[in-house]
Amino acid sequence: MTGHGNETRELAPAQELESLDELWFQVGGTLCNLSCNHCFISCHPGNDTFGFLSIETVRKYLRESEKLGVREYYFTGGEPFLNRDMMQILEETLSIGPATVLTNGTVFTPGSIRRLRDISQASSYSLELRVSIDGYNPQTNDPIRGEGTFKQAIRGVRMLVQAGFLPIITIAQTWPEEDGPGVFDSFVETLKGAGYERPRIKILPTLHLGMEEERTRPYSRSERISAEMMENYDSSQLLCSRGRTVTDRGVAVCPLLIEAPDAHLGETLEEASGAFRLSHGACHTCYVYGAICSNVGGWGVD
Amino acid sequence: MTASTSEQAALIGGIYSNHLALEAALSDISSRNIGSIYCLGDLGAFGPHPDRIYPLLKAHSVKTLAGNYDDSLARDLPDCQCGYTDPRDNHFARLSYQYTYRNTSEENRSWLRTLPEEIRFELAGHKVLLCHGSPRRQNEFLWDSTTPDHFLEKFCDDYQADIIAVTHTGMKWKRRLPSGRLFVNVGVLGRPENDGSRRVWYAVLRGMKDRVTSEFIPVNYDAERLALEMREEKLPEEFAETIESGWWTTCLEILPEKERRAGRY
Ligand code: SF4
Ligand code: SF4
Ligand SMILES: [Fe+2]
Repeated sequence: MTGHGNETRELAPAQELESLDELWFQVGGTLCNLSCNHCFISCHPGNDTFGFLSIETVRKYLRESEKLGVREYYFTGGEPFLNRDMMQILEETLSIGPATVLTNGTVFTPGSIRRLRDISQASSYSLELRVSIDGYNPQTNDPIRGEGTFKQAIRGVRMLVQAGFLPIITIAQTWPEEDGPGVFDSFVETLKGAGYERPRIKILPTLHLGMEEERTRPYSRSERISAEMMENYDSSQLLCSRGRTVTDRGVAVCPLLIEAPDAHLGETLEEASGAFRLSHGACHTCYVYGAICSNVGGWGVD
Repeated sequence: MTASTSEQAALIGGIYSNHLALEAALSDISSRNIGSIYCLGDLGAFGPHPDRIYPLLKAHSVKTLAGNYDDSLARDLPDCQCGYTDPRDNHFARLSYQYTYRNTSEENRSWLRTLPEEIRFELAGHKVLLCHGSPRRQNEFLWDSTTPDHFLEKFCDDYQADIIAVTHTGMKWKRRLPSGRLFVNVGVLGRPENDGSRRVWYAVLRGMKDRVTSEFIPVNYDAERLALEMREEKLPEEFAETIESGWWTTCLEILPEKERRAGRY
């Protein structure tokens, strides 16, 4: 993996975990029903580099997280809803705090949507569903996410909206900057067409890791964070200053770097609470865009 | 109410230049014989004639702390530090910040510079901590549906408080924690709380020997007059509409799923 690590790691600034606010779970591992060509951890149906998390594993970390005062729980993959324990995981999580699931929206069934709605209504905490769609029509979406995926994802959004959810549509920005406003408006129109009257939309930068490294380019040597760059920088913009990620191989610094050996910090949250050296190209993307993983912006809005 | 006046405190927050609601709240507080009044910050924003707030606060000896808006005005910052990312929200936030900055006198801005970030006091022996967003960050949003009990318990431990009260989000809520301690978001006087009603809210704390309780008090005021003043001042029509309809029309991106679902937009 050329995108990872770097021989000047010692020179990279170290980021402390300032407070463990966001606990991420790699519930889906690297297994996904899709194989998008910009996926930064190269998920596909046969990639079991990382596996599903079981309800027992999740439960263990939920217990530890309560003592540490975690504020929000996030679930990602791969595709979280391929995990058979997912509904129970959400139910138990929502009994102690708010949950956000990052999904591709293509595997919902009427039954799973009903179950989700019941779980959401039974909790006083918010359940956020973030659905990834990368184009406002099949012509722009399917070349990236795969044949037929636009239709499937829009069908998922429609079902969620009918069940009363307000999913956050996340879009990886694969178009040139100058097309921005037009693309945004086209998305709004598409979503309204699918019955989503007040769409919530979040546009994200792509990460030059995994498949995206091949689709576009790897990170260059100069795309690294230096110690000078961290002076006067609001480090709460970086997820690693306020979060950790549980994988089936212990706790990693963030969901972006799970494939990098140095990103694995320990078995328990306590063990994984040390500082991390920001030596990766992806760190540079975090630095430039800030808080790309959270539901809305950085601290103030999070 | 048998509690003596010294064991009660009125907590107001998020005035947002709504001088008419502030006047109505202060007279309601006087009529309840509550001696101590605290303001949790954000005096300006959104509404008309920001300078009308200051004499009211001073006349009623309101002990005031600084919100993010006050901090921005005091330090001549270019924006209000609400941190919106949605371009539309940002546009409106900028308009109202520029208006508020232009219409806040130098004297009032230098008074803002003297405000503390937190206030601590005791109510019948219980330790109360007042702050704007959260004890650790002035502009942190604490919503009912995204703030777990264990997270609040940790605040009470870390900041050594039995009662923590905040504002900043624009929506009131409270939670009695498993340990018996109390968290209150006092809501705001500046604009309605996205429930289709024009009324706004403040909170009263009552200290008793074994614990402190809280009550939210609705405030009715002349919303039509405020909307008229906002239009005269050429503030965004969307803002005046919120005052009249009780529904938020902007800054919706910051709302979590449950709070957003409860509103109209
Ligand atoms: S980007 Fe998401 S949906 Fe696409 S392959 Fe990766 S995990 Fe699956
Ligand atoms: S990729 Fe981002 S979140 Fe992960 S360690 Fe680097 S800066 Fe932190
Ligand atoms: Fe505020």
